[in-house]
Amino acid sequence: MTINEKQDEIIEEFDLFEDQLDKTQYIIDLGKKLPPMPESARTDQNRIMGCQSKVWVDAELKGDRLHFYGDSEPTAQISKGLVSLLIRVLSGEKPEDIANADLYFIPRVGMGNLITSLRSGGLASMVERMKAFGRAYAQQTVTVQDPSNA
Amino acid sequence: MQSAIENTLDIEQIRRDFPVLDQTVNGRPLVYFDNAATNQKPLPVIHALTRYYEGYNANIHRGIHHLAEQATAAFEASRRAVQSFLNAKHWEEIIFTYGTTDGINLVAQTYGRRFLGKGDEIIISTMEHHSNIVPWQMLCEERGCILKVIPVDDNGELILEEYEKLLSERTKFVSVVHVSNSLGTINPVKTIIDLAHGVGAVVLIDGAQASSHLELDVQALDTDFYVFSAHKLYGPTGMGVLYGKKEILDAMPPYRGGGEMIKEVTFEKTTYNDLPYKFEAGTPNIADVVAVKTALEYMAGLGKENIAAHEHDLLQYATEQLSELEGLRIIGQAKHKIGVISWVMDGIHHQDTGVILDQQGIAVRTGHHCCQPLMQRFGITGTTRASFAVYNTKDEVDRLVTGLRRVQKMML
Ligand SMILES: Cc1ncc(COP(=O)(O)O)c(C=O)c1O
Repeated sequence: MTINEKQDEIIEEFDLFEDQLDKTQYIIDLGKKLPPMPESARTDQNRIMGCQSKVWVDAELKGDRLHFYGDSEPTAQISKGLVSLLIRVLSGEKPEDIANADLYFIPRVGMGNLITSLRSGGLASMVERMKAFGRAYAQQTVTVQDPSNA
Repeated sequence: MQSAIENTLDIEQIRRDFPVLDQTVNGRPLVYFDNAATNQKPLPVIHALTRYYEGYNANIHRGIHHLAEQATAAFEASRRAVQSFLNAKHWEEIIFTYGTTDGINLVAQTYGRRFLGKGDEIIISTMEHHSNIVPWQMLCEERGCILKVIPVDDNGELILEEYEKLLSERTKFVSVVHVSNSLGTINPVKTIIDLAHGVGAVVLIDGAQASSHLELDVQALDTDFYVFSAHKLYGPTGMGVLYGKKEILDAMPPYRGGGEMIKEVTFEKTTYNDLPYKFEAGTPNIADVVAVKTALEYMAGLGKENIAAHEHDLLQYATEQLSELEGLRIIGQAKHKIGVISWVMDGIHHQDTGVILDQQGIAVRTGHHCCQPLMQRFGITGTTRASFAVYNTKDEVDRLVTGLRRVQKMML
C-alpha cells in the first residue's frame, strides 16, 4: 500500500467514530498494540524533543525501504498511539517518499483537538523526525549500498 | 431577593456575571477548573475596560485636557483601592507592574543589585514558582550571593525547623510564596517574616495565589514586599502590584528608565521622580489598572470570606470524591490549603488525563505548574490540577470525577 492509500484507510476507520473520545480510545488501543522498542534504542539521540512525555523513534533501512520503531514512556498512551499511527503510514516506504509525504490524514481524522492539547507540538516533532530520517536515508541510498544487502 | 444573598452565595446568579462560562466545549458544557492559572472575568470588569476605551482613553499624568484628567483620576483611584485591599499604610507604597513575575524581578534587580553582594544569602523554598526562583538565581550569578532553599515535607508543608537552621546573620533576603500554586498549601508567612526579621533580613511574599483567596494585611504581616497579579483575582491580565515599605522603596534605585519615572532630564544628570512613579516607567497599562479597582469591588461585593468558604467546601468535596478513585494520589495534603487539588494516577500520564478531560469539556492544568524543583521533590514529572473559583460548583466536581473514571476506563 502506498502512503496515501494507508492514509485513506485510516481516515475511513476514523470516520466510523462520531465522538472525539471514541477516536482517542482507538488511538490508545493502537498504542497498546505497538511492539515495545528495545531498551537499547531508547537513547537520548532517538528521543523526540517537544513532547511533554518521553517518546522515542528509530529507523532502519532494509533494502530500499525504511522501517520505523517507536515507543513512549509506559504511561503516555496517547503519544504512543500517535507514534503507532505514524509508523503505520510511513514504515516500509522508500526514504524519498517518506521525506516528501503530505500527511493529510492528520487534520482529516479530526485529531485537531488532540494535537492542540498536546500543546508542546509533540506530534509535529514526531513527523519532523521521521521525515528527517527519510531525507537522510534518501541521500545515503544514492551514494552507499546497504552492506547487509551486499 | 437581595437579602437572601447576604451570607450564602447564589452561585447560579454569580455564574451569570461570567459570560465565558456559558459555552460548550467538545459538545459538553464547559467546566473551568484552571483558575490558579488565571480566573475568568466578571461583566463589571469587562465593562470597566470597555468604558475606559469608549469613554476616556488618554495618557495619564501629562495631559491637561479633560480626558487625561479623567484617566489619571481613575488610575490613581485604583491605586487607593489596592492600598486599602492590602491595608498598606501609604498610597505611594503601591507600584503598578505587569504582574507577579515583573514585581519579583523589579525587587531582585533594584533592591538586590543595590543591597546584596558577595556571600550574602537569599532564602527561598522548594515550592516556589519559577518566577520566584529564576530572578534570584540571576541575581546570585551576577552578585555572588548564595541561594538557600527551605525543604518541603511529604504533606507539602514547609519544614520550619529547617528554615530556622538556614537563617543566620548572612541571610539578607527571604522570598517565599504565600500560597503554593501547585499544592494549595497556605504557608505560615507571618512566622516566616518574623523569623527573617529576627536576623535582619528583608522579606518578599509572592501573593499570586493568595490574593484572591485570603484576607491580606501587609501591615499586620509586617512584610517588606508583597506581589500579586490582577489576572488571578478576577481582574485583567498584564497588570500586577508590588507593595513595598516606603522607606525601603525610597532607598531603591529605579528599574527602567523613561517616562513618568523622572523629574528632570539633562544630558548631564537625571533626577528621579518620587514614589511610586519612580518605578513606573513609560505608559502603563492604564485600562487594566483602572479595571482592577472594579475587580476588587466585585470581590468585596461577594465578600472574600464567603468566596473562601465556598471554595473550601469545593476543596473538601473534591478531596473526598477524588480519594475514592483507585490508584489516585493527591499531592499536597497540607492542613491549611486553598481550593487547589493536584494528583497523579497510577499508570496514566497527566498529559493524557488533561487531553481526555478536555474532550469532555473539562479544563484542568497538567504538567509541572512552573514548579519543577517541587515536582522533583515528590519524584514526579507533573500532576493534574483542578483549582477552584467562586463560580465553580459541586456538580462540576462530580463531572470531574466522572471524567476521571472515563480516563481510567480508557487507559487501564
Ligand atoms: C505562586 C505564583 N507565583 C508567580 C506566578 C506568576 O504570575 P504572573 O505570570 O502573573 O507573573 C504565579 C502564576 O502562576 C504563581 O502561581
